Amino acid sequence: MDSPTQVPLRQSISRARWIGFKTIVIREYGRIVRIWGQTLVPSAVTATLYFVIFGNLIGRRVGPMAGFDYRQFIAPGLIMMSIITNSYGNVVSSFFGAKFGKHIEELMVSPLPTSIIVAGYTAGGLIRGLMVGGVVTLVSLFFARLPVAHFFAIIAAAVLTSTVFSLAGFINAVFARSFDQMNFIPVFVLTPLTYFGGVFYSVTMLPGWAQKLSFVNPILHMVNAFRYGFLGTSDVHVVAAFGLMLLLTVVLFATAVQLLGRGVGVRD
Amino acid sequence: MLALSTRGLTKTYKNGVHALRSVDLDVEEGDFFALLGPNGAGKTTLIGIMTSLVNKTGGTASIFGYDIDKQLERAKSCIGVVPQELNFNQFESPMTIVVNQAGFYGIERSEARVRAERYLRQLQLWDKRNSAARGLSGGMKRRLMIARALMHEPRLLILDEPTAGVDIEIRRTMWDFLRDINARGTTIILTTHYLEEAESLCRNIAIIDKGGIIERDRMSNLLRRLNTQTFVLNTRGTLQAAPPVVGFGVRLIDEHTLEADIGKEQDLNGLFVELSRLGVEVLSMRNKINRLEEIFMQLVETGGQAAAGVAATADATGAAGAAAPPSTRASHG
Repeated sequence: MDSPTQVPLRQSISRARWIGFKTIVIREYGRIVRIWGQTLVPSAVTATLYFVIFGNLIGRRVGPMAGFDYRQFIAPGLIMMSIITNSYGNVVSSFFGAKFGKHIEELMVSPLPTSIIVAGYTAGGLIRGLMVGGVVTLVSLFFARLPVAHFFAIIAAAVLTSTVFSLAGFINAVFARSFDQMNFIPVFVLTPLTYFGGVFYSVTMLPGWAQKLSFVNPILHMVNAFRYGFLGTSDVHVVAAFGLMLLLTVVLFATAVQLLGRGVGVRD
Repeated sequence: MLALSTRGLTKTYKNGVHALRSVDLDVEEGDFFALLGPNGAGKTTLIGIMTSLVNKTGGTASIFGYDIDKQLERAKSCIGVVPQELNFNQFESPMTIVVNQAGFYGIERSEARVRAERYLRQLQLWDKRNSAARGLSGGMKRRLMIARALMHEPRLLILDEPTAGVDIEIRRTMWDFLRDINARGTTIILTTHYLEEAESLCRNIAIIDKGGIIERDRMSNLLRRLNTQTFVLNTRGTLQAAPPVVGFGVRLIDEHTLEADIGKEQDLNGLFVELSRLGVEVLSMRNKINRLEEIFMQLVETGGQAAAGVAATADATGAAGAAAPPSTRASHG
């Protein structure tokens, strides 16, 4: 049982941690807004190009996909692609930049637990992912009519996917010792998985072996869960997709906290 | 109460370097404590372990009684650290940097802004509060790190080379500021290469070399151990040779400059009487090197052996003991 003096102490610690978490989030948000030309604009430009080239020019010849206009079909995938790359990119660059500039020490010497530090950076990735997702959604509305079949599925898929890739970006940044290593995973792993994750096509178009292989790709499940929210159709089992996202969130968060707690990449 | 206490603190890096070898060190609450040592002696590693930037490989350490293995958050909340290298985001403003730092220690932003104004003003950074930190001068950046370290009003302030590269005027201002902080109850541990700084500010001192503490004493006791001091004398007339002063080692440096060795049992009056008798007029005089520097060099060059001989004769109240043997004295050009 707590003694009378322990209860307020515990409350003050909780309060202090909440303030610490908010401070990291405010700092991350400030960074996103301060360098908006690098953080918010590029995805809008890329999405516009995808819509113009793949949607309007090539898409007209592709015809309907899974019963929808091709531009409607690719819109959720393009939004999700921007969420994935920006969530990941935000955390990996912010945390690695803090390591490189040594200001990660500001956090490491503070009494904040590692779980709060990981949560703060993840929230920063989530904010950027959702901000960019919102911008790309606005861009897509210029090119395609987007129905909303399951609103909460859209929100849940966006938030969980963004969280998963923010955490993945954090772990990448923990291990990275150079800018080359920081970019290795996004270029050689993330981009191929995203392009083979059903952004531009329905997985049912693939031969059997390729379909089976595609189901190993978590991005396929995320894109389809998100598309299900808009169009009400999916190539994967939607509940299983959300289960996978939750599982990845828990596993990656625990991994990130453990790595930072051991001081991997940040302590001698 | 002890602000800092370590027992058997050991650090061996992955490359096999033994940075700390079973360090036992106590620093009393309220002290202004100098931790000195040559480059690579283990000072920054010791500070790194205290601030959890370095994982120790053995031993224990506590801050105000909080064991860093069992109560790390509590221990860290007591410490403010000014590191040797700049470690703030150069793209942020001083105001943002210090307010955020307060937030990491659980201080509300409204309170953090009040403290930010106080410390940025005291450290003469208020006018630059909204400028990008990368545009600040070297001295301003150092002061910004001090302001940042004070935002949560730590009980123990650790300063690792805080005045490196800072001009003498600003250094003196920083000394006054640190004396004031210490007088108001903050324990300060200082590492510096400016031994004049340590001598001027600190009451107690530890000298670390090759990962071990080779000396730990009151500053005044340590300075009293100096066997011989060398003074540089500027003379009015032109000298062709060193005057034959009885009982003092006097050397001619140039036609207007002499060097004189004064033993701790001798006094300066005797030297001046002798010089006056020989018709040498002294215009000014200074220590050839800082007193602490001389002792520091003796201790480091003998691996603490010089100090060991002295410490054995030091009395319980810290009165000076015998000095290091002349053969152990460092020679300085």
